[in-house]
Amino acid sequence: MYLQSRRTAQGVELQLTGPWRITQLDALARELAGVELGGATHVRIDTTAVTALDLSASVKLRDFVTRATAAGASVEFSGPPPDQLRLIATATSEPPPEHPEVPGPHHIEEPVEALGRRVVGGWDDVLSGLAFVGRIAVTALGALRAPRRLRPISIARHVYETGITAIPIVTLIAFLISVIIAYMSAQQLARFGAELFVVDLVTIGVLRELGVLLTAIIVAGRSGSAFAAEIGSMQLNEEVDALRAIGVDPFEALVLPRIIGLIIALPLLAVIADAVGLLGGALLCRYLLDIPLPQYLIRMNESIASTTFWVGVIKAPVFGLLIGLAGTYRGMQVRGSSRELGRLTTVAVVQAIFVVLLADALFAMLFMQLDI
Amino acid sequence: MAPRVQVRGLVNRFGAQLVHDGLDMTVEAKEIFGVVGGSGAGKSVLLRSILGLQRPLAGTVCLNGEDVTRMTAQEMRAVKADYGVTFQEGALFSALTVLQNVQLPMLEYLRLADSDLDELAMLKVRMVGLPADSARKYPAQLSGGMIKRAALARALALDPQLLFLDEPTAGLDPISAAAFDELLLYLHQHLDLTVVMITHDLDTIFRTCNRVGVIVDRRMVSDTLTGIMDNPHPWIQAYFHGVRARGHSARAGEPDGT
Repeated sequence: MYLQSRRTAQGVELQLTGPWRITQLDALARELAGVELGGATHVRIDTTAVTALDLSASVKLRDFVTRATAAGASVEFSGPPPDQLRLIATATSEPPPEHPEVPGPHHIEEPVEALGRRVVGGWDDVLSGLAFVGRIAVTALGALRAPRRLRPISIARHVYETGITAIPIVTLIAFLISVIIAYMSAQQLARFGAELFVVDLVTIGVLRELGVLLTAIIVAGRSGSAFAAEIGSMQLNEEVDALRAIGVDPFEALVLPRIIGLIIALPLLAVIADAVGLLGGALLCRYLLDIPLPQYLIRMNESIASTTFWVGVIKAPVFGLLIGLAGTYRGMQVRGSSRELGRLTTVAVVQAIFVVLLADALFAMLFMQLDI
Repeated sequence: MAPRVQVRGLVNRFGAQLVHDGLDMTVEAKEIFGVVGGSGAGKSVLLRSILGLQRPLAGTVCLNGEDVTRMTAQEMRAVKADYGVTFQEGALFSALTVLQNVQLPMLEYLRLADSDLDELAMLKVRMVGLPADSARKYPAQLSGGMIKRAALARALALDPQLLFLDEPTAGLDPISAAAFDELLLYLHQHLDLTVVMITHDLDTIFRTCNRVGVIVDRRMVSDTLTGIMDNPHPWIQAYFHGVRARGHSARAGEPDGT
């Protein structure tokens, strides 16, 4: 019970008691709504017994006063009216702003409009992506003329972070994948008595495609996201603006070293993945198919052309460039809020993997045309 | 009635660095208490200890007579509904609008109807002097002064009796800072607030604070404003009678040496 109401000759008398706090808001509103005004001309509110009256509870009291006034009663307080009511009155004195009409969700034009927005937005994204690439090309050309501006120390750090520290995971995955390929193909080829061709499959598969592709996908997940998150949080923290204000081009200091670092690191990782993949194949052949190591090596040599290794590794710097571009581009786009940072980091990784696969398909077509 | 905030024998240490060594602090109801100290003196650490964000090495922190250093997380939650905090950079949630920022504590602690939620949150936004259309904006779209006000609105969301402000006027221009001082006094007067404020702003201290606590030598010296200005400690003398304080000394009726 937070109030007692009493009918008098002139109208209604309210005695408020207890704490009127935001935590009891529902009960207060209910009790106030339960007060019968029934033609009362005077409403007298006694707040002297209230132990606490906070602002939110006062809003409910104000609503009651408004209701009583609208019903034709004059409202008075025993003693001065609570300060809080005046505060609320001052704060709400301006009329609330008129919100522009938000169109409802079921307009027939809406899907069309959404489609149009996506198309235009997608096209803008392509254009600004191209502008980003152009900006990097200009910066890179400028830096080539003055090699100190390439920031070799920074590049070395990124080679270390994206390359050296990725060796364990790349090694592990290359090993496992080649073992899986060898095992699966051995089962199928055994039906034709052609187990020896497992060596061809593993060797060509790993060297031409799997070694470099898996490495690129792992690096896209590791470093593409790291680039976007690092540069993005520097954007949020105004560090990028600070660089610009000091007169340092952020493309030169942040973007280029990361991309160059990745272009250097990815081929090195791909070579390691190739080696470990072949080793995995050799181990499986040795212990599961009883193909001894010398025979494996001979068969391996017979199966590959002089170009097989290079056809795989030549793709690595291109993949490195694409991953670096996706990561840094999305990082530089971050504005305003931490939610943007998360969204763009996700976009960076997804797009990095997508462009890597797309580029791989184009390479496959190119090599087919060149007949290698 | 127990003091709103009572800190006894607080000890905090980071590695070899002793930050507080037996610090005492008492804030009575309806005071505006200013906390002052040099950079690195441990003002923010003191605040974090009081808020229960950090467990001190030794000592007790009582809010409304209850020791928060010995509370379980469940008990602490109830205490946290009774105070509001603003952080130095505002710490508004950047993914939420101003209105949603103010509604977040309400949603967390109370079951309110949507209409109440909107009305009460809007009232807080308007009360701190923000224009109504800013309620729908995101923190990134606000100016520094507006962020401080929005943070204050969020701190007031649950109608707390106790308010902690960490450098509320830092980074504001003098006019905005003065407006913030007036806002604070206005709310203090109408809402019976007790305010603990970390600040470096001498104008704010002289305009708003009833009492001031200075952290020197890992302890706190607290007194009324005129009392603390007469304190012989060299750091306190330098703080309140330095070059930047001359105007205030003159206003307080003391010779300022010019």
